[in-house]
Amino acid sequence: MKDSKIINERLRGILPDDDVLSQCIHCGMCLAVCPTYELTKLERSSPRGRIKLIKSVARGEIEMTKTFSYEMNFCLDCQACETACPAGVKYGSMVEAARVELVSAGFISPAGRLIKRFTLGYLFKSHGRLKAASRLLYFYQKSLKRFLHASGILRFIFPKLAEIDKLSPSVSKVFSDDIIPEIDNPAGEIKYKTAFLSGCLMNVMFAEMNIDTVEVLKKIGCQVITPKGQVCCGSLHAHNGDFDTARELAKKNLDIFSKFEFDFMVSNSAGCGAFMKEYGHLFKDDPVYAEKAEKFSERVKDLTEFMVLVKKEIHFGELKENITYHDACHLAHTQKVVNQPRELFDEIPGLTHVPLEESTWCCGSAGTYNIVQYEASMQILKRKMENIRATGAEIVLTGNPGCYQQLKYGAEKFGVNVKVEHPATLFNKSLDKSKK
Amino acid sequence: MDDSVKLQIKKIVGNANYFDSDEDRLCYSYDGTPIYQQLPEAVVFPQDQEQISELFKLANSVPFNIVPRGAGTGLSGGSIPVENSIVIVLTKWNRILEIDSGNLTAWVEPGVITGHFQKEVEKRGLFYPPDPGSLNVCTIGGNVANNAGGLRGLKYGVTKNYVLGAEMILPDGTLLKTGGKNLKDVAGYNLRDFIVGSEGTIGIITKVLLKLIPAPLLSVTILAYFDKLIDSAKAVSGIISSHLTPAMMEFLDNTTINCVEDFTGIGLPRNSAAMLLIEFDGRGSAVSEDAESAVNILKKNNASVVKTATDIKESNSLKSARRSAFSALARRRPTTILEDATVPRSELPVIMEKINEAAVKYGVVFGNFGHAGDGNLHPTCLTDERDKQEINNAHRAFEFIFNETIKLGGTITGEHGTGLAKKQFLEQVAGIPGIEMMKKIKAVIDPGNILNPGKIFSISPRCEGSLPLNREQIGNFKG
Ligand SMILES: Cc1cc2nc3c(=O)[nH]c(=O)nc-3n(C[C@H](O)[C@H](O)[C@H](O)COP(=O)(O)OP(=O)(O)OC[C@H]3O[C@@H](n4cnc5c(N)ncnc54)[C@H](O)[C@@H]3O)c2cc1C
Ligand code: SF4
Ligand code: SF4
Repeated sequence: MKDSKIINERLRGILPDDDVLSQCIHCGMCLAVCPTYELTKLERSSPRGRIKLIKSVARGEIEMTKTFSYEMNFCLDCQACETACPAGVKYGSMVEAARVELVSAGFISPAGRLIKRFTLGYLFKSHGRLKAASRLLYFYQKSLKRFLHASGILRFIFPKLAEIDKLSPSVSKVFSDDIIPEIDNPAGEIKYKTAFLSGCLMNVMFAEMNIDTVEVLKKIGCQVITPKGQVCCGSLHAHNGDFDTARELAKKNLDIFSKFEFDFMVSNSAGCGAFMKEYGHLFKDDPVYAEKAEKFSERVKDLTEFMVLVKKEIHFGELKENITYHDACHLAHTQKVVNQPRELFDEIPGLTHVPLEESTWCCGSAGTYNIVQYEASMQILKRKMENIRATGAEIVLTGNPGCYQQLKYGAEKFGVNVKVEHPATLFNKSLDKSKK
Repeated sequence: MDDSVKLQIKKIVGNANYFDSDEDRLCYSYDGTPIYQQLPEAVVFPQDQEQISELFKLANSVPFNIVPRGAGTGLSGGSIPVENSIVIVLTKWNRILEIDSGNLTAWVEPGVITGHFQKEVEKRGLFYPPDPGSLNVCTIGGNVANNAGGLRGLKYGVTKNYVLGAEMILPDGTLLKTGGKNLKDVAGYNLRDFIVGSEGTIGIITKVLLKLIPAPLLSVTILAYFDKLIDSAKAVSGIISSHLTPAMMEFLDNTTINCVEDFTGIGLPRNSAAMLLIEFDGRGSAVSEDAESAVNILKKNNASVVKTATDIKESNSLKSARRSAFSALARRRPTTILEDATVPRSELPVIMEKINEAAVKYGVVFGNFGHAGDGNLHPTCLTDERDKQEINNAHRAFEFIFNETIKLGGTITGEHGTGLAKKQFLEQVAGIPGIEMMKKIKAVIDPGNILNPGKIFSISPRCEGSLPLNREQIGNFKG
């Protein structure tokens, strides 16, 4: 292993500074919301404990060890602790910095390495490549997989793999950017110009949600601009510590989107929205991109955030459904979008919204967490599904593809009779019934 | 500590419940108290009373020290390890064993989280009032050990008013059972009340029998803003002397208001010098009549704004904002040393002036808030433990405040306990005969001085080794 002194110096370099590390007063108020602490009841699996460990490593009091590495990766990075912390401690930036350090010090789980190399390094960098791979995957999912699953061979070879396979989203039959034109106009007058990121995963795995989102935007009078040639927002790379690639992708998007004029950049994926709001920060020291990025980030809005802004002009139609809502971490904790979706549900005539207990708790999806930390993820998911079951709702809504997939899997695995939907789908149904 | 001893400890609790990695020791080297910390030798999660008893026997024979710990939110250093100690953590003992609606009692394990317990009893129309600011995290065991108070202390009292009985393993390994479901019980010395507030120094609480009361049916929450600090203190004294008893009467000064507003964004008055959060609850028309009388008193004392919360949602968000006060103050400076001075309520205006005086005299900044209705304030010094000079000034400012508090007939700690943080001032409050009696009791119950030694007071001559003081004193890792 590398000289620990050097590593510690570097960790200090990446973290904002000792002031950020010192800000935690170890009061413990964050323990109440941490899903991993809830699982182990061990202080080191809590935000307060992890901060203590990061601080100790950064100050050279301890070395990075396997246990340290384990706890940093056991953390969901759900940021519920940041929301809960009255002192305003920036936990997310600490754990992300620690992860970067762990990777460069050679600590990385084999599963993590595999996923990183395959998905992040190769597929997500190019839209075309991802689409080509997804077409293959679609074929696999439709035919080969069915055979393997049905025959039980998969389970026989590697029991966990069979489960993990179910967790990965199925590829949509059509990709949304093949259907959605670059510029899509509403039926009536153009009230707003909204740009739209079709997203890498959203495009190939969740095309229907994208199509619903564009429909909703058009129905409320938006011109929808979905530039061709856009790439992944970069969040997947950044969360795995690869900031160089993240910046490269962000630049590409900034260039492409700046060719168009728009009032808002609407996102229907909590993770992408959260990261695009960070572009300004990502480039704050970049002479060329600083201003461009700042201006871009200011206009990024989650779909529900945007809809609340223009609420007066939306006329929802009656929808007699019984729903509940799961807050995606990247919406509730990162973007602080909590009230907006609820405000919109209240506007839909006939809709019953049953509040979900612990709605802002992570579902255990957390990027690739459900694959790398399968067992823990399932315990966290079980708790979530039991809460959903208790609402008795027919539909659970959530504004992030990762959560969507995880909840769908959970409903099946834990036998909860609930349909998972993106809010855009619900809004679209309601707007279809609008009298105006 | 010898490896052979560690092996024996491991054998008692089982491998899965024994932790001694550097990481685990670091993560149990602190509680909610600023500045103090020390590494334990190991951290254990015993599974039953038998194991705790075995650990005590081993600790006496080796010897080594034992430090009990709940959630570690304590603010006087009660669960911070001492030299040559293991930490016994009770958070996994978190079952509610029985809720007896007929007798209005509940048996719980010590690791039950206070807020969870409250929710459970409220589902049955019952009420457990003690609500420390940390209620979503802290444990009943820690509450009993520290006799924790809370926002509703004014009308409903503190933890001791709700403990009917307990089971405790004593340092010699025997099991003590005291109290029961009887509301009246004068058989022998009152050991039950002695356990409450014992700060983990005379035994480990393994079961608690709590008293419940019927839930209040109505409540009115009042907010009052003041342009002058002193007016808010006078309003509090005015309400108390008019014989009104709100369930809570909480005070926040301008600094605290701003920090809490930064965190919650619920629209607190950033420009006011102080605000009071007052709640009346109960049944029938008395609630609104009392609230009305209080509103008049607030206005008479120059409150610039007086309003009532529109619904339960608003009232709850105001209360949870208040609960975040202590931690929110850390937005200003990274070290928040909070004190717990309590004075007879008529002296509230005086002590507030004295706190301001201390700030000016020693050149330090305070955020001040607290349970004004109880005369219990939490002047919090906003400082930075990395700045030694400033920490020194802070300590001198607190010494000044403590002395003034005692002169007014007050006490150094209303609800957080003495622990490590306040023991140097105990003699001034308890008096020499008082402390001597405490030491004698401790020596009889724990002759080996193995249970949380050095907390509350030092047995003289000191035999608990060096006590945790600050970061510099932490020994280096051997590994
Ligand atoms: C943000 C914040 C707000 C707070 N607000 C309040 C408040 O309003 N009112 C108030 O009174 N306090 C308050 N506190 C202080 C603290 O929460 C209480 O003292 C609480 O009772 C501690 O409980 P705990 O489970 O964290 O115990 P710990 O901190 O782990 O331990 C406290 C003491 O109890 C002992 N102990 C714990 N469990 C046992 C057991 N089973 N048997 C024997 N001894 C045991 C420990 O040795 C220690 O001496 C606050 C703290 C914070 C951080
Ligand atoms: S992160 Fe915030 S809430 Fe958690 S212990 Fe630190 S200061 Fe307290
Ligand atoms: S980010 Fe989530 S899992 Fe990680 S410490 Fe915070 S609350 Fe716990």
